Amino acid sequence: MKKTATTPSGAVEAPKVIGLLAEFATVTDVIEAARRVRSAGYSRWDVHSPFPIHGIDPVMGIRPTRLPWLVLTAGLIGLVGGIALQWFANAESYPFLISGKPIWSLPANIPVAFETTILCAALTAVFGMLGLNRLPTHYNPLFRSERFRRATSDRFFILVDASDQQFEIHRTMLLFTDAGAIAVETVED
Amino acid sequence: MARDIDNTAEDPRRRAPLVLGGRDFTSVTDCVCAVAERPTTLAWKIAFAGSLSLLAVLGVCLAYLISTGVGVWGNNQPVGWAFDIVNFVFWVGIGHAGTLISAVLFLFRQNWRTGINRFAEAMTIFAVVCAAMFPGVHVGRVWLAYWLFPIPNQMGMWPNFRSPLLWDVFAVGTYATVSLLFWYVGLIPDLATLRDRATSRSKQFLYGLFALGWTGSSRAWHRFERAYLLLAALATPLVLSVHSVVSFDFATSQVPGWHTTIFPPYFVAGAIFGGFAMVLNLAIPARELFGLNDIITRRHIDNMARVLLGTGLIVSYAYATEFWTAWYSANDAEQFAFLNRAFGPFAWAFWTMIFCNVVAPQFLWSKRVRSNVWAVFGVALLANIGMWFERFVIIVTSLARDHLPSSWWGFVPTAVDLLTLAGSFGLFFTLFLLFCRYLPVVAMAEVKSIMPQAHGHDPEPSTESAVAGSTAVTIHSAGQSRSIPTGAVTA
Repeated sequence: MKKTATTPSGAVEAPKVIGLLAEFATVTDVIEAARRVRSAGYSRWDVHSPFPIHGIDPVMGIRPTRLPWLVLTAGLIGLVGGIALQWFANAESYPFLISGKPIWSLPANIPVAFETTILCAALTAVFGMLGLNRLPTHYNPLFRSERFRRATSDRFFILVDASDQQFEIHRTMLLFTDAGAIAVETVED
Repeated sequence: MARDIDNTAEDPRRRAPLVLGGRDFTSVTDCVCAVAERPTTLAWKIAFAGSLSLLAVLGVCLAYLISTGVGVWGNNQPVGWAFDIVNFVFWVGIGHAGTLISAVLFLFRQNWRTGINRFAEAMTIFAVVCAAMFPGVHVGRVWLAYWLFPIPNQMGMWPNFRSPLLWDVFAVGTYATVSLLFWYVGLIPDLATLRDRATSRSKQFLYGLFALGWTGSSRAWHRFERAYLLLAALATPLVLSVHSVVSFDFATSQVPGWHTTIFPPYFVAGAIFGGFAMVLNLAIPARELFGLNDIITRRHIDNMARVLLGTGLIVSYAYATEFWTAWYSANDAEQFAFLNRAFGPFAWAFWTMIFCNVVAPQFLWSKRVRSNVWAVFGVALLANIGMWFERFVIIVTSLARDHLPSSWWGFVPTAVDLLTLAGSFGLFFTLFLLFCRYLPVVAMAEVKSIMPQAHGHDPEPSTESAVAGSTAVTIHSAGQSRSIPTGAVTA
């Protein structure tokens, strides 16, 4: 919804509010505020910080990611794939007979199988993380906020999404100011 | 630049601070970003011009090599491997300290690594680029280098997977890929910082493109940290495997002086020794030039000097073990190989190596030496030289005089050999200077996460609480701003 959108009656529609953004000065403040936001029953919200805040996961109720399982699976695929590649190449498709060594012997194939295991697991760790985090996302209304630029430097933010069941702009704002926010602003689409 | 506080004292009652100068999050961001944001300095331009000239030398040498043939090098029979493989092993070894700092020290919760891990990782990638070039061009017919890869081709042939040289392709290829990913993942939050501070459109676009839209969301951080931990756990065995595989190139042969089981751990220790020396050689000038003395502190230099001493002792032990094994094996060829190393035609290289790798690090026992950054710089420089000579000694002396005296020969490097080695430093420093100029040289997000303020210990609530007194509440949708008093702030 852009600012130029009009209602059926022809009046200019106000930009759609997609959330309320509160700024906090310290880690202690933002953790306390997050605790309050959660106990107030909000479910669609997030904390933005310049570095990972240790100890905020239980406060926010973030469950462990399934990334390790993806990485384990990919590692096993890499292991089996590496062994299969070597078996196919040197024992099946084009058998190499070198110095009377066996055509197929696992010990000589361990280094490459190890490397393919690590390679598949590491690629999955990175691209799995990006995928689960929905990155790259180059459009985000948050980036219009001047204040939010400090979220990657020295300030801490809580964004409550307007689609949250509990969201009511004035009540949410009061919650933030009560919790010690140094600034509260709306984020518009 | 003059300010350089000594924080190396060991006081069991209090943990030494990792970031000095009373810095808070803001000033860490400002200090690190300034390196990439301020106008290009004259020192950088001079250094870049020098590196670029060396890179041009490399280009000319490679063009000459490829157009003429490997005969332009001093390689001969029996010294079929010379500078090309010496340089390859040297450069790939340099890389190891970067991964060690970023992965192994991360797993061991060594928080001091955050000050140095970013450019150590960058060093790894650029060193691996230099390393990968040498086996690439030494094959003679460079345009057929793709035969190394398991790609179906018209001849129906496959590479021999039982060859250590092919293991190298996989080991170094995987290492380069994983190091690059590890580095880039760590860069994402810091690129976002540069994006949010960028003033020009082009910088906003480019930093924004590579920051992938990072917002510092806690849910994203949760997965990010998990991915980082997994990468560190994967990179740790990887870094040990890479130099072990490189050592297999030698150890699986039967050449006296190469055919030993000590090679994998000995090569890994040597790689970490040489790599830490290179980290020190880069960190010490960089902290002075970029004003990073509060973040890369004396304690960091001290810690790295200790690692240098420790790995130097492992390397010294390995040298002694090699001689002992040769004697104990009662194998004439093996015994001769080691006597020849110490007293043969390349004795000068051997004793250079012993001086640089065994004698020089011993100075680091002294706290006075460790706390003099330029003395540490000197020892590290010697260690780098020594590690290059170590590879030279292993490769050239072993090949020049093997089992059969009738096939003995010597080795003399040509000008192309020497200029290619110099040129590879040009490639390394060109890439490194570009990195210093345009990317965050310190992992800001990681440094902030180990500061006391990140754990809810607000040192002095001076400016922050003053700001908190006046909440600015802005409601855009209402068309105008309203202020709401915040008297209800509870403790």
